[in-house]
Amino acid sequence: MSSNPLLVRTHPPVSRRGGNPWLLPKTLIPAAFVLLLIVTVIAPQWFTPLKPDDMDMDAVLSAPTLRHLFGTDSLGRDVFSRVIYGSALSLSIGLGATLIACVGGMALGLLSALAPRALRRVLVRLLDILLAFPELLLALLVIAVLGRGPTNTLIAVGLAGIASYARLLRSQVLQVKLSGYVEHSVALGESPLRIIFRHILPNTLRPLLILATLGIGQSVLTASSLSFLGLGVVPPTAEWGALLADGRDYLDVAPWISLLPATVVALSVIALTLLGRRLQTILAKGA
Amino acid sequence: MLWTGIQRLFTILAVLWGAATLTFVALKLIPGDPVSILSGGANVVDDAFRAQLTHEFGLDQPLWLQYLHYLGHALIGNFGQSYQYREPVIAVIFSALKQTLVLAVGALVLALALAVLNALATAGRWRYLRTFFTGLELCLLSTPVYWLGIILLSLFSFKMHWFPVMGNEGWQSLVLPIITLSLPLAAILSQILRDGLEEALSQPFALTVRTRGAGETRLRLRHGLRHATLAASTLTGTMLANVLSGSILTETVFGRAGIGKITLQAIASRDMPLVLGIVMLSALLFVIINLVVDAAYLLIDPRLRKRSS
Repeated sequence: MSSNPLLVRTHPPVSRRGGNPWLLPKTLIPAAFVLLLIVTVIAPQWFTPLKPDDMDMDAVLSAPTLRHLFGTDSLGRDVFSRVIYGSALSLSIGLGATLIACVGGMALGLLSALAPRALRRVLVRLLDILLAFPELLLALLVIAVLGRGPTNTLIAVGLAGIASYARLLRSQVLQVKLSGYVEHSVALGESPLRIIFRHILPNTLRPLLILATLGIGQSVLTASSLSFLGLGVVPPTAEWGALLADGRDYLDVAPWISLLPATVVALSVIALTLLGRRLQTILAKGA
Repeated sequence: MLWTGIQRLFTILAVLWGAATLTFVALKLIPGDPVSILSGGANVVDDAFRAQLTHEFGLDQPLWLQYLHYLGHALIGNFGQSYQYREPVIAVIFSALKQTLVLAVGALVLALALAVLNALATAGRWRYLRTFFTGLELCLLSTPVYWLGIILLSLFSFKMHWFPVMGNEGWQSLVLPIITLSLPLAAILSQILRDGLEEALSQPFALTVRTRGAGETRLRLRHGLRHATLAASTLTGTMLANVLSGSILTETVFGRAGIGKITLQAIASRDMPLVLGIVMLSALLFVIINLVVDAAYLLIDPRLRKRSS
């Protein structure tokens, strides 16, 4: 089975320096970047006076200048403002997809750990089969069924991610099930549903939260890959992957159209991942 | 031993069967008229022709019969005709597979070499270099493959003209795609190998080897690495995912022919037999890689050999 390579595998760190782990630079810098991203979603107009769809025919394919920080594309649209305005769509696709994957994974994970034996076996097999496929391929399959577009991209990326969350939750539930407090509440005769929602589920949330933080970055990545391949969000919508796909034909004359938005995507995903890993370390320390 | 073999075979069949069923369900879920989708979006106006096509595709039969029919054909490797290429799916896939295999194997070998060097050099020593490399690995892991590709392409092809911009001709056209695909792989492998190596070096046997007077390099190469490779066992799924989705993206960036290209075309034009073929190929690759890795373990670790016999 594959393990998530983004998770910290080493033993829980010994705190070398005292002090608040939230205030270390390695937490603050990615957190600040993520905060910046959130602000671009809420108020893109603070960052650029230009509109993402305004065409400036005097400056077609112009290189980065002070007025056009990231240059302009083949229609004279300002690439920087398209990136800024595109972050709303890209990030909400990432967030929405992670939500779908999380909720679906929770349901499937709980069922595959606690359902009657026959159903459990079928579900475990199903998870095994799903895990045999790369997420991008699964997402592409869903796109093949549903067609392109922002909503379908969100659904595709979300569905493709369910299996890995389900596996994590299943192993967590199996662990928690053996714990003293669950045994205790079974002995007390609490109803199964109550045990699941009061005792088992809350105790599985911490690792799920960590995986989800890492997952948002990965979802943004997968979604932008889909759009880059021309099968996710289609131009002229301002979305990160679509921007890259737009600039691919101009790599020789105007590399900035693809390169600079791609760098923003890379930085965002790295920031989200770093933040997720910090969260993991800090939460693990608290335990 | 025999029982393990049978179990293994059963698992393989289950994965393949599951993949086929998944695609069948997906095919049935596609909204719209199945006849026009199955005929590749051709304008089926005529009622008689429509009936003929419906019959030809077996769409007039009950669903379970269609399913069995489909499974039977898939079992003997017949996935039907690709609508776009007007050729058997198997033939289309085989002609594309060669290009992708060259790319993937090249990238794997390079990634392995980079990762082994990196892990050997930085495991448990040279703190600053180690920190630098772990940081770099983390960045590479979360970097979009296409970003790497675009950077390499605009730098070395458009600026320096060292390598061709796109296409499949010659070894020069392979250099940049292989590097693009191998870097994220190398990052994952390095992490795993370094962890394994550090674990191995902290064990009593490492001390024994040192007291016998073996040098650090010999200890790492001869004794540590073998243990470290075992740690990579958990990684087959991730590796496959990386190689397969990575080559789809890499081929797109560099305009190469291969599995990635036909996958995209098949999905964009809803060429379902071809999509099915590619899904089965992916499942098959997963199975094969797992088998190879398991066999490699027996070679690497004598303890496993004893236990199974």
